[in-house]
Amino acid sequence: MNLTEEEKRIAVEQTRNILQGFSGGRGNLIPILQQVQEKLGYVPREAMEEVAQYLGIPAVDVYSVATFYNQFRLIPPGKHQIKVCMGTACHMKGGNIILDCWKRRLGIDVNQVTPDREFSLERVACVGCCTMAPVTVIDEEVHGKVTPTRVDGLLFSFGVKIPKGQQKEGEAVEQQ
Amino acid sequence: MKTVTLTIDGRTVQAREGEKLLWAALENGIYIPNLCAIPGVKHPAAACRLCFVEIEGYPRPVTACTEPVVEGMVVSTRSPRVDRLVYTAFELLLSNHRLDCASCPRNRSCELQRIARERRFSLRVKRLRKLERNLQVDDSSPVVRYDPGKCVLCGRCVWACREKGTGVLGFARRGFERKVTTFGDVPLGQSGCNGCGECTRVCPVGALTGKEA
Ligand code: SF4
Ligand code: SF4
Ligand code: FES
Ligand code: FES
Repeated sequence: MNLTEEEKRIAVEQTRNILQGFSGGRGNLIPILQQVQEKLGYVPREAMEEVAQYLGIPAVDVYSVATFYNQFRLIPPGKHQIKVCMGTACHMKGGNIILDCWKRRLGIDVNQVTPDREFSLERVACVGCCTMAPVTVIDEEVHGKVTPTRVDGLLFSFGVKIPKGQQKEGEAVEQQ
Repeated sequence: MKTVTLTIDGRTVQAREGEKLLWAALENGIYIPNLCAIPGVKHPAAACRLCFVEIEGYPRPVTACTEPVVEGMVVSTRSPRVDRLVYTAFELLLSNHRLDCASCPRNRSCELQRIARERRFSLRVKRLRKLERNLQVDDSSPVVRYDPGKCVLCGRCVWACREKGTGVLGFARRGFERKVTTFGDVPLGQSGCNGCGECTRVCPVGALTGKEA
């Protein structure tokens, strides 16, 4: 996933603005990253580099914190954000199979976005609808009892067409 | 500098006041398993949980790398409780370790092998399920080879890289995914690593090794 030059420029600019409100030193790292994410919707590496330089710490330490906490996302969100529940109930009900379906259909891994920026994929902890397990949340809307065919159906509702020959694949997973 | 006298496993030894017990023992030829300890570091990470000892008057075993020596201290490096703790920590480390000693560059000079020898552990995972991390070897640097599948996350390389190298190494993610890596997970060869090789000199296992050897 590559950012456009424009996106990079904005990231650097906004980060610099945010940094003005902070003094140097490691202690401010998390509040800074939170503000960057609030502003940009994610924390790109260009922003992390700016922050590291400003605080006078190795860039890898910023990366370390940004990857440690689930609250930070390092890639821009897709137009549609797909969150697959991996809580206990959903796990028991085959949440990983559903996650695999999304991965395969979108051709991306967890915490990635499709090249056209239409969909991003995440795994989340219990979203509080365990009776509907396995659950996928798309743009705040909860979808329960998801099956591989339902994954295809949901994608279809967003205008994604699954080529005929490939449909079997999802169904085969369902029967396992 | 003041010295204190203490007893470790029935032997009377001298140590500098305030020194950590682990170093006092090692300097006197008494081995205590350890992976994450770094001489001279003020705040030990105490992450590997291998250096447990019993100290008389303490309710439970403590990590020797964090415990300053005290005059008259009576230490024993072994007890059923210590052995149990250390064995469990050791087995946990092995449970996601790419065990492949025969073709490992550190075969015979590896700290895991040493711990196994000293404590008569077998280098096998018996009670736990093996969870291999599917991690690629990073061969991009002309001088350093990094096999994350063998890393025990001791942090020594991160420290060495900061002290003597360019400071490109660090930890990322957490839990099972935790890994020693570079900014943005770029290969070492493109990370700003200057090839000083300091990390390979402190790595206790076969994770970071020099290529010339
Ligand atoms: S790091 Fe040590 S235990 Fe692991 S494979 Fe190499 S020699 Fe064996
Ligand atoms: S690469 Fe070696 S020195 Fe670095 S954390 Fe892993 S085991 Fe320790
Ligand atoms: S575990 Fe998925 S909604 Fe509770
Ligand atoms: S050496 Fe003490 S915890 Fe690692």
